[in-house]
Amino acid sequence: MAFLQPLIFAIVTLTVFFLAFKKYRVIYANINLGKDEKIAGDSGTRFKNMMLLAFGQKKMFRNLTPAILHGFIYVAFLFTQIELIEIFIDGFTGIHRFFWYVLPLGGFYTALISFIEILSVLAFVGTIAFLARRNLLKVPRFHMDEMTGWPKLDGNLILFFELILLVGIFSMNTADMALADGKYGFAISGMLYPLIDGLGDTTLHIIERFGWWIHILMVFGFILYLPASKHLHIMLAFPNAYYGPLDGGANKGEIANMPRITEEIKLMMDPSAPMPEEDPNAEPERFGAKDVTDLSWKSLLDAYSCTECGRCSSACPANQTGKLLSPRKIMMDTRDRLEEKGAGLREHGADHDDGKSLFDYISTEELRACTTCNACVEECPVSINPVNIIMELRRYMILEESNSTEEWNLMFNNVETNGAVWKMPASDRTSWINELEAEAEAEDA
Amino acid sequence: MSELMASGQEKEVEVLFWVGCAGSFDDRARRITKAFVKILHHCGVSFAILGQEEVCTGDPARRSGNEFLFQMQAITNIETLNAYGVKRIVTTCPHCFNTIKNEYPALGGTYEVIHHTTFLQGLINDGRLKLKDGGEFKGKKITYHDSCYLGRANGIYEAPRQLLELLDAELVEMKRCKSRGLCCGAGGAQMFKEEEEGKLRVNQERTKDIVESKASFVAAACPFCMTMMTDGIKEVEKQDEVQVMDLAEMVAKAQDLI
Ligand code: SF4
Ligand code: SF4
Ligand code: SF4
Ligand code: SF4
Repeated sequence: MAFLQPLIFAIVTLTVFFLAFKKYRVIYANINLGKDEKIAGDSGTRFKNMMLLAFGQKKMFRNLTPAILHGFIYVAFLFTQIELIEIFIDGFTGIHRFFWYVLPLGGFYTALISFIEILSVLAFVGTIAFLARRNLLKVPRFHMDEMTGWPKLDGNLILFFELILLVGIFSMNTADMALADGKYGFAISGMLYPLIDGLGDTTLHIIERFGWWIHILMVFGFILYLPASKHLHIMLAFPNAYYGPLDGGANKGEIANMPRITEEIKLMMDPSAPMPEEDPNAEPERFGAKDVTDLSWKSLLDAYSCTECGRCSSACPANQTGKLLSPRKIMMDTRDRLEEKGAGLREHGADHDDGKSLFDYISTEELRACTTCNACVEECPVSINPVNIIMELRRYMILEESNSTEEWNLMFNNVETNGAVWKMPASDRTSWINELEAEAEAEDA
Repeated sequence: MSELMASGQEKEVEVLFWVGCAGSFDDRARRITKAFVKILHHCGVSFAILGQEEVCTGDPARRSGNEFLFQMQAITNIETLNAYGVKRIVTTCPHCFNTIKNEYPALGGTYEVIHHTTFLQGLINDGRLKLKDGGEFKGKKITYHDSCYLGRANGIYEAPRQLLELLDAELVEMKRCKSRGLCCGAGGAQMFKEEEEGKLRVNQERTKDIVESKASFVAAACPFCMTMMTDGIKEVEKQDEVQVMDLAEMVAKAQDLI
């Protein structure tokens, strides 16, 4: 019988890893459907940025209560990985509590697991509080239009997973303590085990294995569940912060240049300028973005990293005043369309056109409501920039479709003919000087 | 006033004043331009303007999506600025400021660009502008509306606030301020079109914050914020209780320059 558990465990593990590999490869391939974007800056600063923003969750602290609750779950998650290592060793070799019996960690082990147990209790509190916040309290960002159906379920499911995982951890530790008469000295299960001490060794063994399997199965389930969930952010927040803007956003007002347009204008102004070299067979590249494949890969990574927390939308002036625009929805739509587009390409080949685009998800009305105020960028805890996507779609609308408003066209016209946004002649640009002089004279008089 | 027009070519000047469309054409914003120029004169700052050679920086064109028009404007301006050998630019408009500072370099125009609030603070720090006292602003409750293109976009939160402090005003913050400041609704070329359909206009939402702050002045640092907030306040008929003024106007007024 002793070989049975390692065998089952090996089969389950390999299957999970195989399935996970397939799923994560799809995500990687989808992100690579985006256009190249050179990422500036050195890797040292990037790494520091990642440690601060992703590992240190710096931006979360703009909002203290959720930062603390989220912090409990996050730190518990990090430290529980130590137990996970033990579970794997046990799974493959049958040696239970490796760190205690094989490595002579002794008191340090007791402290470590006790620490994990305390964190787990805090994570439990955090999870319950989050469930309440999400479902009972009227925190508006959890109840916007885009948060129905799967996104809503996703947000709750993960919290239930977390609860089951915690039940697993404590069943295992408490049963182990009972079996060993408390010799490990764990802090929380040490208080719990007298409750089940009288159950008899067989039952205790069953409880222990039950907890053990629950823990590892939840972990496996989680790995497979992540690619379909907003919780992918627990992994992608790291690369996303690494590739994110470096200056702490000190000039996030910049909108990226379009060099191809610069070339065209230079050519127009000076026809003798050298023609940019072009591959005559290449399909002319679009201006702006019509579909996800026209966006930068970084925007696509952004979309997969989004936690759907809605901090962006609750700070968005357009959203707060009842406009259709919600930067969170922009990110969710980009992700959904990317999944659809990627699946189509894989099924029907790289040239496949499903006749759809990002504009089937995002309307011009939403796009036109943005004031480019950067509040969404400022709020996002995982370094996402929804404005980049909005701008690329706006560019497509204007440059490729001439899809503008009458008023904007009027403004364009004025700028083109008078160099001013209003219909004013250039000669009036200095009329304030005459006014100043007149005022000075009036004062002297 | 003709020396005002002297471009960097003929005479070395300290700085080029970028007036902007609003500062040139909008009635209200022209008063900001004049106030700022009076301060410059008062402090003996030599400056030039491009005059009729200035064209819109292209911010609203770019942000509406019209990259072609933006670059036409930008390249024209950069050619003019480079021809005159301009190195330092001061502007009263955060949109112009952001565009010239952050977006012109990619098109070959690199300058030291300063927003007028930072410039004024510099004049004070250098002892060139000596504030007598806060004048009529002394002890008054004043709130400051963070322009997104100064604050979030460029990290300038303190210079405008320090000016208010120097005016001896009592700075009262709105509930959404600094990096959480609410936009007035004009950015992203919204200034030049009707807002999309919604419950409120953005400036109505911002006006609520202003009224709630119980301030008797709102300090602005952007001609477009100025328009939006002035309209919002008029709409709720609070114009007798709350006055919107640009920081340059406040400084000029406290010095009896206007
Ligand atoms: S930049 Fe646009 S989307 Fe983002 S918060 Fe401002 S208005 Fe909303
Ligand atoms: S973009 Fe950022 S702030 Fe907005 S929902 Fe996603 S993670 Fe949250
Ligand atoms: S960018 Fe705005 S403020 Fe600047 S010149 Fe153009 S319209 Fe005027
Ligand atoms: S006009 Fe609006 S968008 Fe522009 S800086 Fe002022 S608050 Fe921001």
